[in-house]
Amino acid sequence: MKILYFAWLRERIGHAEATIDPPAGVTTIAELTEYLASLSPAHQRAFANRSAIKTALDQVFAPPETPLGDAQELAYFPPFTGG
Amino acid sequence: MPRVIVGPADFDPGTALATLEADAGAIASFIGIVRGTADNRPLAALTLEHYPGMTEQALARIADTAMTRWRLLDCLIIHRTGRLEPGARIVLAAAASAHRGDAIEAMTFLIDWLKTDAPFWKHETFRDGTARWVAPRETDQHARDRWIEP
Repeated sequence: MKILYFAWLRERIGHAEATIDPPAGVTTIAELTEYLASLSPAHQRAFANRSAIKTALDQVFAPPETPLGDAQELAYFPPFTGG
Repeated sequence: MPRVIVGPADFDPGTALATLEADAGAIASFIGIVRGTADNRPLAALTLEHYPGMTEQALARIADTAMTRWRLLDCLIIHRTGRLEPGARIVLAAAASAHRGDAIEAMTFLIDWLKTDAPFWKHETFRDGTARWVAPRETDQHARDRWIEP
């Protein structure tokens, strides 16, 4: 599964994109976030404030409890500040 | 047909507005420009990061919502990406209608929603060399939420 990081999440983690196989037992976005946060101290710092981080599954906004299903792409980002 | 353009290229407002329905009766437009300062500190540049693919889909959804909610003949969103210096155009939102009320309201809706509902992130670089990510503003969220239908 492709994982994308944007804005300060990308900076804190150190890369924009990663490909991972969710470990057995990981079925939701929240569970995958727990797993990603455990990968390195940088990941842990980046994910420290979960409430400031939004997610999109296959480019559609999805809350933490959303099942991963057959999705190909999960993106993590802070709230939007365009316009 | 509502149209959405996302990319680094600048746009000419006159040319862009001329692509909306010529016999509309009314065209309302908003153009966002990079400010020279942020919190009273001189700005060197604003860099706009976005999520290619999701951005276009999100903007198209906002434009489609405006088309169904107001009596519009056409609407247009242009949003630039990448590094932009003070004075540069960032965004254009425009709506064409037979009636000015619909055009003005729909244009305001477009700009209010694209600030909060399309995946863009602004990064400020100051003239003193420091830089920061722009924090979301509560006032922008309120401006968005006033358009939610009961």
